[in-house]
Amino acid sequence: MKATIVVRPKDGILDPQGDAVGHSLRKLGFDVAGARVGRVIDLELDVADADAARAEIERMCGELLANPLIESFEIIRLGEA
Amino acid sequence: MSDRPLVAVVVFPGSNDDRDAGWALGSVGAEPTFVWHEEASLPEGTGAVVLPGGFSYGDYLRTGAIASVAPIMSAVRAFASAGGPVLGICNGFQVLCEARLLPGVLRPNRQLEFVCADATLRVEVADSLFLRRCTAGQELVIPVKHGEGAWYADEGTFVQLAARGQIVLRYTDDVNGALGNVAGVVNEAGNVLGLMPHPEHAVDPLLGSADGGLLLAALVDAAAAHRLVAA
Repeated sequence: MKATIVVRPKDGILDPQGDAVGHSLRKLGFDVAGARVGRVIDLELDVADADAARAEIERMCGELLANPLIESFEIIRLGEA
Repeated sequence: MSDRPLVAVVVFPGSNDDRDAGWALGSVGAEPTFVWHEEASLPEGTGAVVLPGGFSYGDYLRTGAIASVAPIMSAVRAFASAGGPVLGICNGFQVLCEARLLPGVLRPNRQLEFVCADATLRVEVADSLFLRRCTAGQELVIPVKHGEGAWYADEGTFVQLAARGQIVLRYTDDVNGALGNVAGVVNEAGNVLGLMPHPEHAVDPLLGSADGGLLLAALVDAAAAHRLVAA
């Protein structure tokens, strides 16, 4: 099973990295009102069942991949392909 | 065995203030010993634990996140639960927050710049294991050097921590965008302290300040007391 997880700063949390990226894009002349920067994590799991995989990923996010104080996560892909 | 209290300095891959911490602890009466992060236990007779500054695991994922689940951290957690004094400096503070041994989290500095300077801190709560050698309201000069030192917690948590006296050190100026200019917090039991400034770099007036020695000497006092309790 393959999964892709997006971890991003929660709404309302100051994101200096995103601010820096937005600032640089504006300096390049792009009309960007704001930017937020998160991270993408691709996983390969030895789990065949999608529900089981989802539960496992949620535990991973709770224990290591995301910090719930400041970050939210979203599983944007889960499947064999 | 030495009469000096044994203080374990944990070394992660990427720690770089471990030796300074060991030297500074030695200068205030401790017997420092270095413990590799893959160890499952702390040395027998450990009276206190220090998680030093640095860039453990290259700050991958989030600062302190990967170190927070290193094998030695189970032993550190058990040591803290038993009332053992634990001090996290800079990256060590980040590790303690990620390990949920301390409240909040350290975020990138608001000014988007690494800050390296002497910082003035105000002792908010002297009635604390680590600040016993200070007085409330006393100002300490201790250097900071970090890119991700803006402490953050949600408003409710922050208010609760302040009311309980867990916000023990604040910067007198806005150094990095930390909520409430927080520089150091303790856990509810008061035996775990994390702070961004580096007391181990301020133990000799020749190097600008000896104020950090006040914190480290208090840690050594606590280490001696804990060793007696444990024995």
